[in-house]
Amino acid sequence: MMSSLLDGHLTKIVLVVLVATVVRWCVSLNSHSGQGKPPMFGDYEAQRHWMEITVNLPPKEWYFNSSANDLQYWGLDYPPLTAYHSWLCGMIAKFINPEWVALYSSRGVDNPTHKLFMRSTVLVADFLVFFPAVFAYFLYTDKIKFDKDRTIAILCCFLYPGIILIDHGHFQYNGISLGLTVLAVVFLSTDHDLLGSMAFSLALNYKQMELYHAMPFFCYLMGKCLTAEKENWFFKLAKIGIVVISTFFLCWLPFLTSAESALQVLHRLFPFARGLYEDKVSNFWCTLSLVVKLRQMMSREDLVVLCGGTTLAALLPSSINLLRNPTIDRFKLALVNSSMVFFLFSFQVHEKSILIAAIPVCLLLHERPFPCFWFLLISTFSMFPLLVMDGLVVATIATGLLYFTIATSNLDFGPYTSYFPGNRISVPQERNDVRLLIATMFWLSLLGSVVLAVASLTLTPPKKLPDLFPVLISAYSCCHFVLFTLYFHWWQFTCGSSETMTKHRVSARNEKKKRT
Amino acid sequence: MQNVWGIAAFVTAVKILLIPTYHSTDFEVHRNWLAVTNSLPLSKWYYEATSEWTLDYPPFFAWFEFLLSHIAKYVDPQMVVIKNLNYASHATVLFQRFSVIITDFVYIYAVKEFCEKCLRPVKRSPEGDVFSNSVLSLAVLMIGNFGLLIVDHIHFQYNGFLFGILMLSIVRIYEGRNLEAALLFATLLNFKHIFLYVAPAYFIYLLRSHCFQNAKDGSILWTSFSPLRLLKLGTVVLMVCGMSFGPFIAMGQLPQVISRLFPFKRGLCHAYWAPNFWALYNVVDKAAHITGTKLNLFPSTNSSQAAVMTGGLVQEFNHAVLPSVKPIATLVATGLSIVPALFLLWRGCYGPKSFVRCLTLCAFGSFMFGWHVHEKAILLIIIPMSLLALEKKRDGQLFLFLATTGHFSLFPLLFTIAETPIKIILMLVYTIFAFTSLGEIFGLPRRGLCLPLLSIPESLYILGLIPVQLYCSVGHSLLRLDEKLPFIPLMLTSAYCALGVTYSWLRFYWLTWKDICIEKSKKRE
Repeated sequence: MMSSLLDGHLTKIVLVVLVATVVRWCVSLNSHSGQGKPPMFGDYEAQRHWMEITVNLPPKEWYFNSSANDLQYWGLDYPPLTAYHSWLCGMIAKFINPEWVALYSSRGVDNPTHKLFMRSTVLVADFLVFFPAVFAYFLYTDKIKFDKDRTIAILCCFLYPGIILIDHGHFQYNGISLGLTVLAVVFLSTDHDLLGSMAFSLALNYKQMELYHAMPFFCYLMGKCLTAEKENWFFKLAKIGIVVISTFFLCWLPFLTSAESALQVLHRLFPFARGLYEDKVSNFWCTLSLVVKLRQMMSREDLVVLCGGTTLAALLPSSINLLRNPTIDRFKLALVNSSMVFFLFSFQVHEKSILIAAIPVCLLLHERPFPCFWFLLISTFSMFPLLVMDGLVVATIATGLLYFTIATSNLDFGPYTSYFPGNRISVPQERNDVRLLIATMFWLSLLGSVVLAVASLTLTPPKKLPDLFPVLISAYSCCHFVLFTLYFHWWQFTCGSSETMTKHRVSARNEKKKRT
Repeated sequence: MQNVWGIAAFVTAVKILLIPTYHSTDFEVHRNWLAVTNSLPLSKWYYEATSEWTLDYPPFFAWFEFLLSHIAKYVDPQMVVIKNLNYASHATVLFQRFSVIITDFVYIYAVKEFCEKCLRPVKRSPEGDVFSNSVLSLAVLMIGNFGLLIVDHIHFQYNGFLFGILMLSIVRIYEGRNLEAALLFATLLNFKHIFLYVAPAYFIYLLRSHCFQNAKDGSILWTSFSPLRLLKLGTVVLMVCGMSFGPFIAMGQLPQVISRLFPFKRGLCHAYWAPNFWALYNVVDKAAHITGTKLNLFPSTNSSQAAVMTGGLVQEFNHAVLPSVKPIATLVATGLSIVPALFLLWRGCYGPKSFVRCLTLCAFGSFMFGWHVHEKAILLIIIPMSLLALEKKRDGQLFLFLATTGHFSLFPLLFTIAETPIKIILMLVYTIFAFTSLGEIFGLPRRGLCLPLLSIPESLYILGLIPVQLYCSVGHSLLRLDEKLPFIPLMLTSAYCALGVTYSWLRFYWLTWKDICIEKSKKRE
């Protein structure tokens, strides 16, 4: 595997990395969230502010409100690894220009050089975590037979617009937490369960949103322990438990001086005091509010219970299925299903959280290109109102077009090939009514998104409904997401039979090779 | 990417990504022209001088700006106001950038025509693979040309659609539709007169192959001269020029227009020396001057003047040791450098490929010896040369060498920190693609350090670009020479590239001559 990669495909891999890098860098030249919008600015200022706080204050004060650390102004509300990362970046910033992280006086710092610095920290994070993790994943997955397909799969994963636009445009470091999760998947699929648990614990300690993925990890490892034949199940479980606990212990060490300190961190991480959802999110509750105004009917405490209950109930099918059949294929699908359930039903969801589901789908893209590609397009579209607010419309069009071109001309759409003009990867199979219907729905769904996007940019909504377009976009995406969640569940439950499909596709490809 | 349109969509997406990048003063130049053509009557276009960036392109380009300005005024009315100097609102940037991206489709269409109609692939190559399929590879090399990308879509100019007209005209020549080719080329000349450099090739080719016929052995049949055809050609060309310059002749403004188009008051070299013969000449002069001063051979009166050569201002400059160069001398040198190419075309006219070779040699000659040549003019050599790159291995080799050197010489055009990674990565992507793809198409002889298809000295030269760039971007400031000798990085880039360009020019001449010899012996058999 490795040697064939080094032979002829090394140059192509190098090209893939170069293209992925230049696209990220170009996007980063656009405006970031909250650019020039005092007094609070946006996520960019939040990350910068954390550098300021961590560099100037001792760790035990990071999460506490004080005269030097006003928690109302972007107080640190991510787990310790993020804080350490901020500290590291802050130290580098201090070395380059101390004014960037000077306590208090640096608030709202925004000049081109500082922006270049911040942007390059995200790129470095991608190089160190996200890129290697994705490489490792596609090197070790056994679903890809040809080197060319491997290159294409990596390229498609790197060029997924959602994560590029949020990390390099809006400004966040999702590449780190999601990259660590991908790394954990690689470890689990190569039977390194302990390393996998450690990588995932690190991801959790970088961003608490990774809890969306926690259930599949737990069920897969638990199921694996219970069905272990070579080893005593309890012993295996204990080993994993020790690894997880000690990883957490090490990450939290500076905050374990007192119970109060640890609890304060926890309190910062899970702010139930916030609302049911922020802005317009394409999840179940936000869409439901078009019909039923839940927020006016119930108290916040009741809402938390309702959300928690619904999420848990919806989480059960895929979790139990995985627990009973802990195979790696089901595990990857459960990652999608669990994060989709959280996204649709949990409390306080951001539109960006769709990335947590989208990255596992990126990893499945080569297995069933058609539905995954469709999902990934819609997931990017669902963040459109946010991207418009950040001034990233042009970047969205560009990365979207790039991704669409690369994917439609290089992915193997199997039975749907004939519905993609210009795609000649596998033998066009005969059209039938069901496929025609689904393909038509795909193109109509894309057309609908484009129309909605264009309308939201060009038309002024009526005065009574100022949020008309964001609401329409989120409801439109939500309908898709519900259907996709059902589809991915169905895929997980029928997972064993999917191998025949891959085999079928490889034989179709061989047939084509013979013909040419 | 399965077809040319897929490649076009990919490259267009990259162009849209480049929208927020830095744009040079050329952006303001074109905005000013929008304003001038929109707010003033035709009679004042070539007199208006509120902005220092006066209209200095031929009338068709002015009309093109006129058309654009009538869309522009709906996008942002402030854009077309003459006194709004350096106006660059968000809407203005989007409008101007998209006007380049959209007009580029003329070029994309022309490339598609060429790839599908004129290219004769070396071998039957696998369908749908951009690396090993000649048609797709050429489409990538041309549509995704690094030089065009950075000059048009970062620096800001409209070369894409102008080269599109040139390509279309070349396609018509391949198809034997000579009158249409002449029409297109005459139109192009009236858009941007820099293409006058390659006009001799058109003149000789059309005269030779449209007005005369070949004997069986390929030599000219003097008796076959057709005055009628010459008359038709002449009418077409004069008609186009009449449409363009007619109104100005009628208004008696021709001298004013001409003086705007050919500003001979500028210096021998542009602020950054284009990598040509004069760059080497300047370096020799400078070296002689420095050694001379050190050895106290002559009084040091010129030293302050010599230091400002690449200071960034366009001005006349006297050489310290070597004789100063007058415009007429560059004209003579250019003329002499292209005469052999024209002679070769006249003697051995074996179809459109000889024409493309001659056209490239004309561009080479004027680039090497012209007066006040811009580094961007290297595109006029690289783009026609890429047409030949996929048919013969020798031409492919030289293309790789010249394209890499020439593209590298464009680096100083973008000097901002934010754009540095972009230019380096885009250049790497283009170069690696070109080497891999041509390597796969012609078969890869990989030997140690050697790059695919190149000889050892050529490979060493190309790899030498890496230390040159490292020195320019890091080494020079590390050595703390940036205040004492600020011009060194530019001079080094320019001189190093000039060596490569000169080598390519001589080798291309030799290849063309050899080509004609081979064709001739084939015909005799």
